[in-house]
Amino acid sequence: MSSVAQKKGFGAWLWDWMTTVDHKKIGILYFLGGAFFFVLGGIEAMMIRIQLLNPESTLISAGLFNQLITMHGTTMIFLAAMPILFGFMNAIMPLQIGARDVAFPFINSLGFWMFMFGGIFLNISWLAGGAPDAGWTSYTSLAITSPGHGVDFYSIGLQLAGAGTLMSGINFLVTIINMRAPGMTYMRMPLFTWTTFIASAMILFAFPPLTVGLFFLTFDRLFGANFFDHTMGGNTIIWEHIFWIFGHPEVYILILPAFGIFSEIFPTFAKKRLFGYTSMVFATVLIGFLGFMVWAHHMFTVGLGSTANAIFAVATMAIAVPTGVKIFNWLLTIWGGSIKVTTPMLYAIAFIPSFVMGGVTGVMQGAAPLDYQLHDSYFIVAHFHYVIVGGVVLGILAATHYWWPKMFGTMLNEKLGKVTFWFFFIGFHMTFLIQHWLGFWGMPRRVFTYMDGQGWNLANYISTVGAFLMAIGVIVLVINAIMTTVKNEPVANDPWGDGRTLEWATQSPPLYYNFPQTPLVRGLDTVWIEKQEGNKSGFTPAVPLQDIHMPHGSIIPFLMSFGLFIAGFGAMYRLETAWGLPLLIFGLLWTFVAMSVRSVKDDLGYYVPKEEILEDMKREGGQK
Amino acid sequence: MMKGLKKWRLFALLTALTIFLAGCGQQELSTLLPAGEVAKDQFNLLLLSSGIMLLVILVVVLIYVIALLRFRRSKLGEDHIPEQVEGSHTLELVWTVIPILLVLLLAVPTVYYTYKLGDVSAMVAVNEDGDAENLVVDVTAKLYWWEFEYPELGVVTAQELVVPMDERVYFNLIAADVKHSFWIPAVGGKLDNNVENVNKFYLTFEKDSRDLDEGVFFGKCAELCGPSHALMDFKVKTLTRPEFDEWVLAMQATEGATADKDSADMGEAVFANSCISCHAVSGVDDPAYMGVDHAGAVGPNLTTFGDRNRVAGFMDHDEESLKNWITDTQKYKPGNTMPSFDHLSDEELDALTGYLMGLTIEE
Repeated sequence: MSSVAQKKGFGAWLWDWMTTVDHKKIGILYFLGGAFFFVLGGIEAMMIRIQLLNPESTLISAGLFNQLITMHGTTMIFLAAMPILFGFMNAIMPLQIGARDVAFPFINSLGFWMFMFGGIFLNISWLAGGAPDAGWTSYTSLAITSPGHGVDFYSIGLQLAGAGTLMSGINFLVTIINMRAPGMTYMRMPLFTWTTFIASAMILFAFPPLTVGLFFLTFDRLFGANFFDHTMGGNTIIWEHIFWIFGHPEVYILILPAFGIFSEIFPTFAKKRLFGYTSMVFATVLIGFLGFMVWAHHMFTVGLGSTANAIFAVATMAIAVPTGVKIFNWLLTIWGGSIKVTTPMLYAIAFIPSFVMGGVTGVMQGAAPLDYQLHDSYFIVAHFHYVIVGGVVLGILAATHYWWPKMFGTMLNEKLGKVTFWFFFIGFHMTFLIQHWLGFWGMPRRVFTYMDGQGWNLANYISTVGAFLMAIGVIVLVINAIMTTVKNEPVANDPWGDGRTLEWATQSPPLYYNFPQTPLVRGLDTVWIEKQEGNKSGFTPAVPLQDIHMPHGSIIPFLMSFGLFIAGFGAMYRLETAWGLPLLIFGLLWTFVAMSVRSVKDDLGYYVPKEEILEDMKREGGQK
Repeated sequence: MMKGLKKWRLFALLTALTIFLAGCGQQELSTLLPAGEVAKDQFNLLLLSSGIMLLVILVVVLIYVIALLRFRRSKLGEDHIPEQVEGSHTLELVWTVIPILLVLLLAVPTVYYTYKLGDVSAMVAVNEDGDAENLVVDVTAKLYWWEFEYPELGVVTAQELVVPMDERVYFNLIAADVKHSFWIPAVGGKLDNNVENVNKFYLTFEKDSRDLDEGVFFGKCAELCGPSHALMDFKVKTLTRPEFDEWVLAMQATEGATADKDSADMGEAVFANSCISCHAVSGVDDPAYMGVDHAGAVGPNLTTFGDRNRVAGFMDHDEESLKNWITDTQKYKPGNTMPSFDHLSDEELDALTGYLMGLTIEE
């Protein structure tokens, strides 16, 4: 358990990553897993856009196209955006509050492996007779009649990944409530920690409905239940409600951490305290709260009645107010600051107009009667890509550049970073801006082709060209990441030079116990305060040097997730094969045994002796 | 060189002109060229909301650009430490209250139009004789076609909705298999065809479809319903009220029409052998006829097939498309429920398409 880099065999290296409970390593696993699925979802997106390049194209069949759109949406939301954000939360949030690790390192690992196995399960569908094809929303009249096992892969795969998400959410909540360093009051927490906190609280309330809905769907399709079969007294509208009661908060679960990321980047590169910190916090809380009150605006055309539509319309518009507060606070943060345009700052600057565009089209669709026209047209496709790509993905790309040195100990190339940015940014607007008009011109979404002579050809062509620019940007980023990793030039604690929060007061990457001593927090932007007062390390210890208690790694989370993974296949093939039912039982038993071992075996962790920490500190001191 | 430049200029000019003209889309299906009261209400709301939103964007971009130009580190120097401002209550109050006012400005017409467009109380209104005052159309969406039944008139048709102009037409929407959504972009917003309940709304048609390049408005399915969701199109013909009444009379006159297996017309005989079990050729909704209720038919009613604008909802209305369609339905509309009739001889096929194209009630 020494921090000295040792030559290890591949097996030992792999074992180390499979059993790790270190939040920084799990953060990296989440990040890499999410990045893999992001590329996969991107390839699906490119296939969609290539099919729509010309009218009446026969490149991709209708059935395959529906699988592509379903998997693109599902992958990007559940397997790319969420895990990458979880990666940053894991890697950075405990550092920001001066903690040694998250509250439940074992559950953290379990959450990751559940996500990973869920994602793999979902994507195995491509090789096992066809991916899900009922849309990422999987509306049930279509989903329960969809032939083959595609939708079963969706419901079981998401069930696994969703359970992992729920665990992680609870873990972050407990961590932030209990493990803040001395002096780190709630109103001194960095905004990224705050948004992690609120997003986790939203996960706690939003994911159980998804779990229930997915169980209903699974049981309808595999075990003869009739929750959604209207000929047997079921109801398909119930699914829409359940899905959106989860689905709308999900949007905020994604965007709030992105808001948090930008709230870190603006102050850092404007050298100025976040303007209106208190109102930022309350706006975040309010958005989190209102996020649960507006789900039916996805269902204005379902026929809920005028009163329901009117109420949800007004509630939806209300969210514009706290979001507006945030936008103006960011603007006033850079106003009067000293702006240095690094790659992360470039993304942050680009985020403001892009996200405002997505926000205002959201309000337009909040006007229910107008939504009757815009709903399920290309306008909505444009809108949510402006929010998700213009908000969440720009946030993810910004954070990738911003925290790369903290996570991997080396800097991404700034020049290539800017190349990525320009390709991605121009491509993004080119792809999606024109789609607002496609919606106005009557083009429905989720169409595998369109007839010539409806005036949509040129706009679709432009949109596809834009998608290629985005793809080039992402490819440059991947090249950048590989080159940087190969070069591996180590960087100092605070490579940006203007770090304000605690993660910049420890090594890049941090040692496995994060801080040699628990830090003392003396205010908001504590590192900045220390540095302004002449303490170059930006760090004041709160306790004397002492032994550090750390958890042991464990393979059990991996095994538990694996058991559920194979049980999923058993459930799916139960009716048509002889091995289905035994496999289902075996998988569940496997997981249960793994859980029992965990319960029975006492693991009290271990102590890092004071001497080792002293040695580490000396070595680090000697290097600089 | 000069010539190339001139050509380029001309090209650029043409492109700009095309984009400008295309900015409103095609009048058959653009929401920006509203052809009825409902679409106009929605278009007005679009203009109002776009206006407010452009104002917001303008203000944000203004502050943003000034900030980015004025406060660059390259100008201020590396050592400049900005004042660490905590916030400003006045400013924060301003940008909370103004958005609230803007939202209210949009919320009031939103609520008004929501109730206005949702008001279907006139649907059941009757005159002194007990007849319905307003035209009601029952729309049943099926994989992947549309059935239009006029319950008060006892008439049923498919794929091409025929409606009178300048009056409110009320719709009952339902789906027969999976969820669909009924959308005529130029005439008004969509409403879902759910599987378990009837949705009701109204539309008003104020433009003559004969003035359009295509001669019909385009209708769309707006809810993912399977592989051929993209091809689940229908068309809308608008007539003046007297013309509509004539159309209804002509439809009613087809009562009892059928195809005869022993007909001298080979096309009719083929139709009677292969098609009539799913497709009716009488436009009258007669539950007693052949033991099936036309509304709720397996395949689209073909009484007016010769008058229609498209084959299968989206293919050109000519004999070649029709033959292609009949002989290989899965190729053109994957996942649809009509079998392919590839065993018909060329002669039979010619006769059948001739017969189908002759199914017309318009002069």
